[in-house]
Amino acid sequence: MLSQQITTLIDKELKKYPADQRQSAVMAALRFVQDEKGWIAPEDMADVAQYLGMPQMAVYEVATFYHMYNLKPMGKHTLTVCTNLSCTLCGAGDTVGYLEQKLGIKMNEVTPDGKFGLREGECMGACIDAPLLNVNNKKMCGKLTPEKIDRILADLEGGKA
Amino acid sequence: MINIEIDGKQIQTENGSTVIEAAHQAGIAIPHFCYHKKLSIAANCRMCLVQVEKAPKPLPACATPVSEGMKVHTHSEMAVKAQKGVMEFLLINHPLDCPICDQGGECMLQDMSVGYGNGHSRYHEEKRMVLGKDLGPLVSAEEMSRCINCTRCVRFGQEIAGQMELGQAFRGEHAEIMSFVSGAVDSELSGNMIDLCPVGALTSKPFRYKARSWELSRRRSVSAHDSLGSGLAVHTKNNRVLRVLPIENDEINECWLSDRDRFAYEGLNSDQRLTKPMIKQGGQWQEVDWQAALEFCANGLRQIAGGAAAEQIGALATGNSTLEEMYLLQKLLRGIGSDNIDFRLRQSDFSADGKQQGAPWLGMSIADIGKADRILLVGSFLRKDHPLLAARIRQAVKRGAQINVIHAADDDLLMKVANKTIVAPSALVDALSKVAQGVAAKQAEGIAGSLASGERVVVLLGNFAQQHPQAAQLQALAQQIAQATHGKFGFIGETANSVGGYLAHAVPSGKGLNAAAMLAKPRKAYVLLNVEPELDCADPQQAMAAMQAADLVIALSAYRHGATEYADVLLPIAPYTETSGTFVSSEGRVQSFNGSVKPLGEARPAWKVLRVLGNLLKVDGFAYETSQAVRDEALQGVNVAASLNNAITGVENKTFAASGLQRVADVPIYATDAVVRRSAPLQATADAARPRAWLNAGELAKLGLQAGAQARVAQGAGSVVLEVALDGGLPEGVVRVAAGHPATATLGAMFGTITVERA
Repeated sequence: MLSQQITTLIDKELKKYPADQRQSAVMAALRFVQDEKGWIAPEDMADVAQYLGMPQMAVYEVATFYHMYNLKPMGKHTLTVCTNLSCTLCGAGDTVGYLEQKLGIKMNEVTPDGKFGLREGECMGACIDAPLLNVNNKKMCGKLTPEKIDRILADLEGGKA
Repeated sequence: MINIEIDGKQIQTENGSTVIEAAHQAGIAIPHFCYHKKLSIAANCRMCLVQVEKAPKPLPACATPVSEGMKVHTHSEMAVKAQKGVMEFLLINHPLDCPICDQGGECMLQDMSVGYGNGHSRYHEEKRMVLGKDLGPLVSAEEMSRCINCTRCVRFGQEIAGQMELGQAFRGEHAEIMSFVSGAVDSELSGNMIDLCPVGALTSKPFRYKARSWELSRRRSVSAHDSLGSGLAVHTKNNRVLRVLPIENDEINECWLSDRDRFAYEGLNSDQRLTKPMIKQGGQWQEVDWQAALEFCANGLRQIAGGAAAEQIGALATGNSTLEEMYLLQKLLRGIGSDNIDFRLRQSDFSADGKQQGAPWLGMSIADIGKADRILLVGSFLRKDHPLLAARIRQAVKRGAQINVIHAADDDLLMKVANKTIVAPSALVDALSKVAQGVAAKQAEGIAGSLASGERVVVLLGNFAQQHPQAAQLQALAQQIAQATHGKFGFIGETANSVGGYLAHAVPSGKGLNAAAMLAKPRKAYVLLNVEPELDCADPQQAMAAMQAADLVIALSAYRHGATEYADVLLPIAPYTETSGTFVSSEGRVQSFNGSVKPLGEARPAWKVLRVLGNLLKVDGFAYETSQAVRDEALQGVNVAASLNNAITGVENKTFAASGLQRVADVPIYATDAVVRRSAPLQATADAARPRAWLNAGELAKLGLQAGAQARVAQGAGSVVLEVALDGGLPEGVVRVAAGHPATATLGAMFGTITVERA
C-alpha cells in the first residue's frame, strides 16, 4: 500500500494534468516512492498502477526505462558516480576506485550495514565540476578528490545529508 | 483522393493514408516488420524505409502520410541501401538459429534476409542475449534473443485484446519484451501474438517442435466453439491435427482467432477419445464391432417404440453438432414416431417456441455490430463467451460507440462502458423493462438516454439472457427497445450451430418435448449426440436423474465420458475435424467444411452412423451418399435469410422469484464443449481454474465467510465444496458458481436458489 504521504504528493501532482490523464503523474509517483523507501519494489509499482489507473506493465516500462529509479535496495545513501566522457577524462575512474576501496563494495552493491550503495550514472550536465557524484539523486558533489570524498562520507555517516 | 506515384506507377489514394497503405493497394510490396494493418503505427523497425523525392533522407513508409504529387521509390538505390542497412542491424543481435526455430519457413525475418540480407556478417563481437520468459501454457517465449522489438505483441495487447500484459521494459540495448514480474499472459486472445510475431520469439507452446511448417497440409474448416463461424486453417501431418490458424475474413474474425478456437484442437488427440463401439452387457463394457452396436441400438429403439409408444424416446444434441447430424437425428426420431428432439440444452425458458416468426439469430451481420454507435448488451459474459465479438465491439467503442450493459455480473469488458445496470437474475427483466420505458418516455440519461441518442442502435442478448428463465420476456423487451430506437436486436448464439439447429428442425415441432421437458419427464430411451448431460444441460441433477432412470441410453460421442455410468451403448463419432459438415453461424452464414483428417480408430462421422441407424430401423429416405446430399436435402427450398427472424408476439409474463441466494452461472470459456474440455493447454490456463463461489462483500459478511475459506454450496440433493472468493461487482443476494465444469456438475439448475454455508 502507498503511504498517506505518497498519495498526498501524488494528488498534488495530479492537479497539473487533465483529470482523464492520470498516468501523466507516473514518473513523479515513482519518485515519491523511491524518496520514501529508497527503491521501488514491484509491489509498489503495482500500487502506483492501481492508484493511477494504468496497466502494471506500463508502470514497469517507465520504472525500468529511467536509470535513476532504483529497482533493488541501494542502501540509505545511494552514491551515483558519473562515468561519462568528461568525468572519465577528469578522473572518474579514480573516484570509483577510491569509493569501492573505501566502502569495500563494487559498483551496484550495497555495504553490509546498508548505509551506502554505489551506482554508475550518466552525465549530470555539470561537466565543469567533473568528476561528479550525486547523493540520493538530490545533492550533487563536484571536483571530487579523495579528501573531499572522505568528507562527504563522514558527513553522511554523521547524519548530515 | 490524391495522386501519388510509387515506382513510376500512378496511384490514386485517400488523403490521410500512408505510403505503405497506398503501395499495398497498388500491389507494390514494401518490406516491413512492425507495421500491421490492424495495429497502430510504431515505425520502430525502420525496415520500410523508402526514397521520397525532395526528401533529404529515406522515410519510413508506414509512418509517412501521402501528399499530392508525392514521388516514392521503393526499390531505388537509396531505398535498397537503407533497407539493407536496417537488415544488417536487425541481424546483429539475432541468434540466426533458424534450423532449430519453430518459425523457420514462415518467418518474416528469414524471408526479408533472403531479399535484403548479406551472405556474411560483418559483426564478430558478442551478441546480446535475452533470457526466455514463461508466459503461461499457450505462448512460448523461450528464445527472446530472437526478438527484434517490433512491439507488435505489445500493441496487440493494448489495442485489440484491451489489456496490456506485455510491454517493453528497460532501454536501448537492454530493451526486452516481457510481462510484469513474470506473470503469465491470461488474455483470451493471446494466441494472436504468435501470429503477429514476425520472428520466432513468440511461438505456440503446444505446437513447439511438432513439425516444420512446410511439412503440414492445410485444410479449411470452421470453428465449432462459438457462434461467429471463424475461419480455421487446420494444419495436419500424418493424419493428426497439429495446429490451427485463422483464415482471414474481415466480415467475421478479421485476422484473429480466440485462444479457444486456436488451441481446442489439442482435445482432439486426447487419450479419452472413444475409438471403438462399446456395449454394456451385464454391467460390463465390451468392445464390439459397428454392426453389433448398431443392431443393438436399432433393436432397443424398436422395442421401446413398439412397446411403450415412440414418445418415450428423446434425442438431445449439442449445438455444435453439424447441420447434417442434427437433420438426420431429427429425421430418424420423427421416422420412428417421436417428436422429442432438441439442441438447446442450457435453455430453460421455451415459451418463445411457436411465438417466434423464425429462427432466432444475430439480427444483423457481425460487421454491422462493429459499425453500431450505441450498443445494449443484455446478459452476456461477452469476453469469455464470444472473445472476438468483444474485440470487435472494443474497436467500435474506441471509435466513439457507447456500450451499455445489463447483466447479473460485472466482469471487466476491457473497454469503456457508458452505463451499466448490474442486478440479480430475478431482476433482469425489470431492469430491461425500465430501459424500454425510459426509451419510450424519451428519457435523456442512463442507458435509455444513451440508446435514444444513437443512429445505429444494436441490442444484443447474450448466452445468459438466452439461458434465463424469462428469456422470452427479455426477447420481447429487446424487440420493443430496438423498435423504439429504430435499431436492430438479436441473439449472440451460444454455439456454432445455434441457428443451424433450427434450420435442421432439431427442435420439437409442437407436440414433442423440448430439452427441459424431456429431462423433467424422464423418457425410457435417450439418444445423445455429443452430449455430456452433467455438463451440457441447464439442470445437471435433473439430466443425470433422467439418464440413470432410462432403460436405454445411446451415446454418440467422440469421447469416453461420464456416459459409461448410465449409457448402454457408446458409439464413437468423429469430431468436427474428422467429418464433413455445415455450421450456420449466428449471422446466418452457411459454411460447409470437409474433414481435415481421417476419423481416429473406428470412429465414424455421426451422419454416417445415423444413416445406418435409419436404414436398420427402416425409416424412409436414408440413402445418402455424401454429407452434401444431407445438407442439400436439409436446406432444400429453404431461403436461409428469410427463415431468420427474431420477431416475437404474445409473450406471457412468467414469474421467476428465487428465495435466499440466487445462483449466477457462467459457462467458463474453456468448459463450453467436449473438445475444449479436453484440451490440456487450455485447461492449464487461469481461465480454466477450478470454479469458486463468488460473492460480494456484503453477502460474505452475512454468511460470516471470508475470501479463501471453503464453503459448502448446495442445490437440491447435490452439494460441492468450493473456495469462496470476493467479487465486489456482484449484486446483492447472488452467488456466482460456474456451470459446465466437473467440479459443479452435481449441482442443480443454472438459475434459481442456491445455498452457501461454511464447510
